Amino acid sequence: MTEAAAGKKVIVKVQRQAAPKEAARWEEFALNWRPSMNVIICLRDIAENPVTSDGKATTPITYDSNCLEEICGSCAMLINGKARMACSALVDSLEQPIRIAPLTKFPLVRDLSVDRQFMFESLKRVKAWIPIDGTYDLGEGPRMSPEVQEKGYPLSNCITCGNCLEVCPQVNEHSGFMGAAIFSQVRLFNMHPTGKMHAAERLRASMGHGGIEDCANAQNCVKACPKGIPLTESLAEVNRDAWKQALFGWLVG
Amino acid sequence: MSQPKIIVVGGGLAGLMAAIRVAESGVPVDLFSIVPVKRSHSVCAQGGINAAKNQKGEGDSIAKHFDDTIFGGDFLANQTLVRRMCEAAPGIIDLLDRMGVMFNRTPEGLLDYRRFGGTLYHRTAFAGATTGQQLLYALDEQVRRHESEGHVKKFEGWTFLSAVIDDRGVCRGICAMNLHSMEVQTFAADAVIFCTGGIGAIFGRSTNSVVCTGSAQSALFQQGVDYANGEFIQVHPTAIPGEDKLRLMSESARGEGGRVWVPRAPGDKRPARSIPEAERFYFLEEWYPKYGNLVPRDIATRAIHRIVYQEKLGIDGQAAVYLDVTHIPVEILNHKLEGILEIYEKFIGVDPRKEPMKVFPAMHYTMGGIWINSEDQRTNIPGIYAAGECEYQYHGANRLGANSLVSCIFGGGIAGPAAVKYAKNLASAAAASSVFDRERKRQEEMNQALLSGDGDENPIAIWKELGEIMTEHVTVTRINKNLEMAYGKILALSERYKKINLSDKTTWSNQTLNFARELGNMLILARVITIGAFQRNESRGAHYKPEFPERDDANFLKTTRAKWVNGDIQLTYEAVDTSLIPPRARRYDAAK
Repeated sequence: MTEAAAGKKVIVKVQRQAAPKEAARWEEFALNWRPSMNVIICLRDIAENPVTSDGKATTPITYDSNCLEEICGSCAMLINGKARMACSALVDSLEQPIRIAPLTKFPLVRDLSVDRQFMFESLKRVKAWIPIDGTYDLGEGPRMSPEVQEKGYPLSNCITCGNCLEVCPQVNEHSGFMGAAIFSQVRLFNMHPTGKMHAAERLRASMGHGGIEDCANAQNCVKACPKGIPLTESLAEVNRDAWKQALFGWLVG
Repeated sequence: MSQPKIIVVGGGLAGLMAAIRVAESGVPVDLFSIVPVKRSHSVCAQGGINAAKNQKGEGDSIAKHFDDTIFGGDFLANQTLVRRMCEAAPGIIDLLDRMGVMFNRTPEGLLDYRRFGGTLYHRTAFAGATTGQQLLYALDEQVRRHESEGHVKKFEGWTFLSAVIDDRGVCRGICAMNLHSMEVQTFAADAVIFCTGGIGAIFGRSTNSVVCTGSAQSALFQQGVDYANGEFIQVHPTAIPGEDKLRLMSESARGEGGRVWVPRAPGDKRPARSIPEAERFYFLEEWYPKYGNLVPRDIATRAIHRIVYQEKLGIDGQAAVYLDVTHIPVEILNHKLEGILEIYEKFIGVDPRKEPMKVFPAMHYTMGGIWINSEDQRTNIPGIYAAGECEYQYHGANRLGANSLVSCIFGGGIAGPAAVKYAKNLASAAAASSVFDRERKRQEEMNQALLSGDGDENPIAIWKELGEIMTEHVTVTRINKNLEMAYGKILALSERYKKINLSDKTTWSNQTLNFARELGNMLILARVITIGAFQRNESRGAHYKPEFPERDDANFLKTTRAKWVNGDIQLTYEAVDTSLIPPRARRYDAAK
């Protein structure tokens, strides 16, 4: 507390952009340091008193957040150049000035807020679901060995934050590459006892424009994943299965 | 007859389940959500979902689940609907299993079950310690499938402002605001289902997500939708204090054997692990030998408050107790609790597998909520339904852990078909466009008033003060003179609210404007909660008044029903359905 009392400051630089077509600029803020501060607390401090470090009044920063415990996937942004979740970015572990900017691979909304609808659309394309007959009572689900559950559960932890797309050199406006998170979901549903019955459909949807064949094996994705999902394993497995399906699928119908 | 249209507001478990059921019946549904539905607050539920499957051969049954729920809720819940929920629970687990939820498994490939608070049975199915996330994703995937087939249309990034109610008092649709363009628009529907979750933000900091403000419930209340049992707020015993959020440490930590303790000597400064067993005070185990660490949340929370504030035994004199899982083998911890242990590690920087966690109670769940009937989730306004945490049925005066996920899915599951049935029987023709124009104008004017406000008040400052007042006086211990003072302070804040000056007056993705709208609604709901607590002179479940320490069935075995009459709150009381289990004393220090 002595450091807080001594007026220790946290210097934060935020990339501002009023709207998609406006120019970007940087603003610097000097905030009062407290123990256990994270980047969300910095943004809230600015909202409460939106004044830059040179005393100019500005607007609060627009950003996405919700759960603040790294499970909703909302608050992904570039913090000191690294794609990560703002809620778990603790100030004391960051070099100052802390530079905060929006993800660059998604359309910008305002300031740090981006539109990640592309990922949800991709989940539609690859049919990332179990096609159940209906919600009426049809008895228990299929038995599943603990081994399959232990493999599947980490994959189903994906919070669709988009960090793996942000760091992927293959993701850009022209490629349409769907990104590691999406193919990892294909792997998840294809290993489920019921999902497996529709594996071919998902694999077919995983190829073509923006498909698995665009993966260039940079392996940045797995390092950027806040949930520690084995994304490169998923990419390798889906790639192998998709080609097998494309080459020999006609043999098995 | 033309095809009816249903709107669902809120995309957590209840909203998604309602949307699926409506889509399945072939009726189109528009789904509104502030955040992309996959980011809804249901993801924060950790420990599991209850169903009396008796998978461990302990003699568990639906009757016992029902009794635990009613007893745990201190007999305030209407019993018939709770009974139906407990009956439906095993089928809900089956459904989720069929949807592909990665539940933990036994060696035989069946679902595994663990223990939770307020029961002596292994009744809680779970997917690690991120069960809510896993269930939400399963429903999200089914909704995405319906969306791709054209049955569901999503409006993500829209916030609900008000219902469109015609001159006959019938709901005809909603008025919502796009959070990017800030445009206000009305949407017609034959019935609307509200699944807008909890109200944590009214208490400043809580275990809830940012969107859990209760704004929608409050807006509806001010349009004539009654609000019930507002005073029943659950404070969870174990959360990690934080300046931005109080992060939940699931009851499942105790369900898997975690123990709560403090050093026996006040102000003991030794590191936790060096304190010998005999010098540790496992107060829950000593005070409640039968249930031990798994007493219901209201009991555990009050015990921790007693330890800290009366016995002065908080760790190193602070407001904290130990939640200790270090005696549990690491493989089991990683297999069953990894999600929450990671949260502790990431946000505190200490490995809870090696060091006991420091925790303290935090506002967690809203037992009260929108008044609905005891049959099909209908409110008192025709065409408006509610399901999930935003309504008041199912949990009485205290919710048992792992019952919320089941109540959300059950409630959403019956609200969907009920709304469809109502919509198909709706005889009258569509409302005149003037009804919609009138509502849109009213909402646009409210925005304009806020944007042009030139006072000197800051909405965040008002919100912080509100949270402090509510947390101090309207959570664990309630004292009438303090409640009266708190009510006065909320009124004073409401006056200051009128002098708000927004630091952002732009009209693109203006989060300050949206927050100011929410704050106005929070201030009203805060009054409903506080006055409800003031008038209930007894102690029941989570509502505890030292001046009235006993439950008083003669006077208060009643649902509080708040109404908005001429711009003010009016409380009425109605009988509780106790037709199946006669009320009896609620004790957890001995077998019940």
